[in-house]
Amino acid sequence: MSFLEYAPAPESTALLNLQSEYGLFINGEFTAGSDPTFSTISPATEKHIATIASASTGDVDAAVAAARAAYDSTWSRLSGRDRGKYLFRIARLVQERARELAVAESLDNGKPIKESRDVDVPLVAAWFFYYAGWADKLDHAGLGANPRALGVAAQVIPWNFPLLMLAWKIAPALAAGNTVVLKPAETTPLTALLFAEIVQQAGLPAGVVNIITGAGATGRALVNHPDVNKVAFTGSTSVGREIARSLAGTPKKLTLELGGKGANIVFDDAPIDQAVEGIVRGIFFNQGHVCCAGSRLLVQENIHDEVVERLKVRMATLRVGDPLDKNTDVGAINSAEQLQRIRELSDIGDAEGAERWSPACELPSDGFWFAPTIFTNVATSSRIARDEIFGPVLSILTFRTPAEAIAKANNTPYGLSAGIWSDKGSKILAVADKLRAGVIWANTFNQFDPASPFGGYKESGYGREGGKQGLTAYLAPAAKATAAARIAPAVKAVSAAKAKSASAAKGGKK
Amino acid sequence: MSIDRIVSTASRAIEVVGGDLTESSLKRYLNGIPGVDAVGLEARAADLGSRSIKTTSKAWALDTIISLIDLTTLEGADTPGKVRSLVSKGLTPDATDPSCPRVAAVCVYGDMVPYAVEALGAFHGDSVDGGINVAAVATAFPSGRASLSVKLADTADAVAAGADEIDMVIDRGAFLSGRYGQVFDEIVAVREACRRADGSSAHLKVILETGELNTYDNVRRASWLAILAGADFIKTSTGKVAPAATLPVTVLMLEVVRDWYRLTGEKIGVKPAGGIRASKDAIKYVVAVAETAGEEWLQPHLFRFGASSLLNDVLLQRQKLSSGHYSGPDYVTID
Repeated sequence: MSFLEYAPAPESTALLNLQSEYGLFINGEFTAGSDPTFSTISPATEKHIATIASASTGDVDAAVAAARAAYDSTWSRLSGRDRGKYLFRIARLVQERARELAVAESLDNGKPIKESRDVDVPLVAAWFFYYAGWADKLDHAGLGANPRALGVAAQVIPWNFPLLMLAWKIAPALAAGNTVVLKPAETTPLTALLFAEIVQQAGLPAGVVNIITGAGATGRALVNHPDVNKVAFTGSTSVGREIARSLAGTPKKLTLELGGKGANIVFDDAPIDQAVEGIVRGIFFNQGHVCCAGSRLLVQENIHDEVVERLKVRMATLRVGDPLDKNTDVGAINSAEQLQRIRELSDIGDAEGAERWSPACELPSDGFWFAPTIFTNVATSSRIARDEIFGPVLSILTFRTPAEAIAKANNTPYGLSAGIWSDKGSKILAVADKLRAGVIWANTFNQFDPASPFGGYKESGYGREGGKQGLTAYLAPAAKATAAARIAPAVKAVSAAKAKSASAAKGGKK
Repeated sequence: MSIDRIVSTASRAIEVVGGDLTESSLKRYLNGIPGVDAVGLEARAADLGSRSIKTTSKAWALDTIISLIDLTTLEGADTPGKVRSLVSKGLTPDATDPSCPRVAAVCVYGDMVPYAVEALGAFHGDSVDGGINVAAVATAFPSGRASLSVKLADTADAVAAGADEIDMVIDRGAFLSGRYGQVFDEIVAVREACRRADGSSAHLKVILETGELNTYDNVRRASWLAILAGADFIKTSTGKVAPAATLPVTVLMLEVVRDWYRLTGEKIGVKPAGGIRASKDAIKYVVAVAETAGEEWLQPHLFRFGASSLLNDVLLQRQKLSSGHYSGPDYVTID
């Protein structure tokens, strides 16, 4: 037996303490949903994990009402320091339960345990720690004279980074003083429900965080609910467009983080071995289920053959298989539906004359799998160079000059991410300056940090998540807040006094 | 303007760099090698280090590590008795388990070579024949600060005394001041000095002392330089300078030998030395070798660990795998 066929090193699922059935998390309690339940499965085995409730429009109403009540009665009245205290508590609980969350994530999503353990969950904790620190500084950090929360935020998140996207949404919303109703993706509700347990453990006031599960209809009802002040969506461009259309003309504030077709540009003076690593990380990280994936490799023509050869050698060492094995590099595709889409687009790549290559790898018989794949000889007009595949499929194109690299990189309806590989700093800065993408990585790819804003140009959406910019997405614009304060200072003072006496009458209930 | 200096002829360099080998053609070639991104290299090394090697894979890795060790003593206080003890430890690493493999070589100072050869007796020989090699450090190890004639005499002396392998140091001062040709010439000359009367030659390991080269770009250039000049092995460190061997540096050197193999079809060895004390760390190196250069590098002619205390930690782990429980330092012998 070859040493490289490492003996199995599965992460134990023993520390998971899952319920057989999960309800909706509304007003601090799990309650049964009104619509028919559905099953969440492991994409690696297609085995049932748990039964999940589906929220009807009535349930959505109840969740939004709970969030509104919590906003009015408690959360909007807490000091920033107190809000921060809860967020710090959540961050610590995420760390304490990190192993369990990582296992649950890999089980439900199909991503390798080494990614959920080393990337997703640590970033989740980092996001809560980061925004916990912001909560008591809103008045003092250039966010305007009197930054105010928006109210109730409706948040709909995708299946590619279930818990991480939850953190990206919930942490800044709570820090800014909003309450939330969040809907996880239909195929990956598990870690959001474990997070609901953490919310209970942290003693967060009831209704501040509500988590409702369901399919597209639930999400639609949530974002269109009249008592929602803010909508944040991460997912496909087509759904994002539908949300933008339905929200047009309403006073709801909207941020959209949508698809991408990121260009990873490799110049001939690049650190070549690290560039190959970066290409691999750019497209095969999380099975390519990454909206900012480097799915278009733009490589300078004079090193094309060498880069492709080195890439193939490197790809041959990628281990595809059981997401819970600690040595797995590429896990399962999240759903049959997504697998179908990846297959279709790849077949179109073949039909359009591109050359497909995958390393020899044995794929498990059950579950949803797609071998890491590269296409060479890809034309800029080809669909695999234009459409987001959202899978482990890389399209390789060439360029001759920096100007051509910039033109080709920008020649996409999207604009979420790009990467530049060169040993020459001045070239990196000059090229980055001309790329129309929300995030540009230099000599690295797919790195995330809570302090760094993230978001897109063009069809990749609008608004930013992360950093101070991510916080402003959950605050009333400073100008508006000060204008309102100037026009009606008396009214405000009166309502504040009323609020104070009301909470005193309730006996400071928390 | 000075006239370009012609450097020694070395067949590899002529083949790869070109026939008119000069200081400047060598420099142009070395400076043309793509750079190394430090953050990316360290991330890659950390990633390789996170492989989880269990059960049968671990057992194989532990035995392989033992068979790749250059069991080393390089102290001013070394004596014939200490060297004899080292040799017997190398021959019988685990007194309780005769199935335990032998180490690849013992590594000593040049004046200790006769005692090592004598202590090995019939077991003196290559690992493929079940023997143990004698490696000697030479060329004014560890600093390399001596005249060329002294370095060559040091080398020839050790070879004459029976050393199978010579671990030489490069002139880091010359390298850092840009005199690549001088470093090159010295390696070529030491390689010549490794030749025995019968025409065979001691294997040459070239120590780059990566801790003094300081940047990964320098390590990569020095690796190419050493290989072009005729090194059989490139070795990280003397063990006398911190940092000694690190995983990123070793991964980088493995990338160089992999690239050299792609270019010429010839396999060069890599030897990380110094600072690798725990089995857990050594296993990370084994993984790095297998995933960077390839599994075929995991044999004593192509990969070595320069170590001393590592051996006993591997033995404790090995005992644990077979017995199911940890023993303690009193259950492995000291050398």
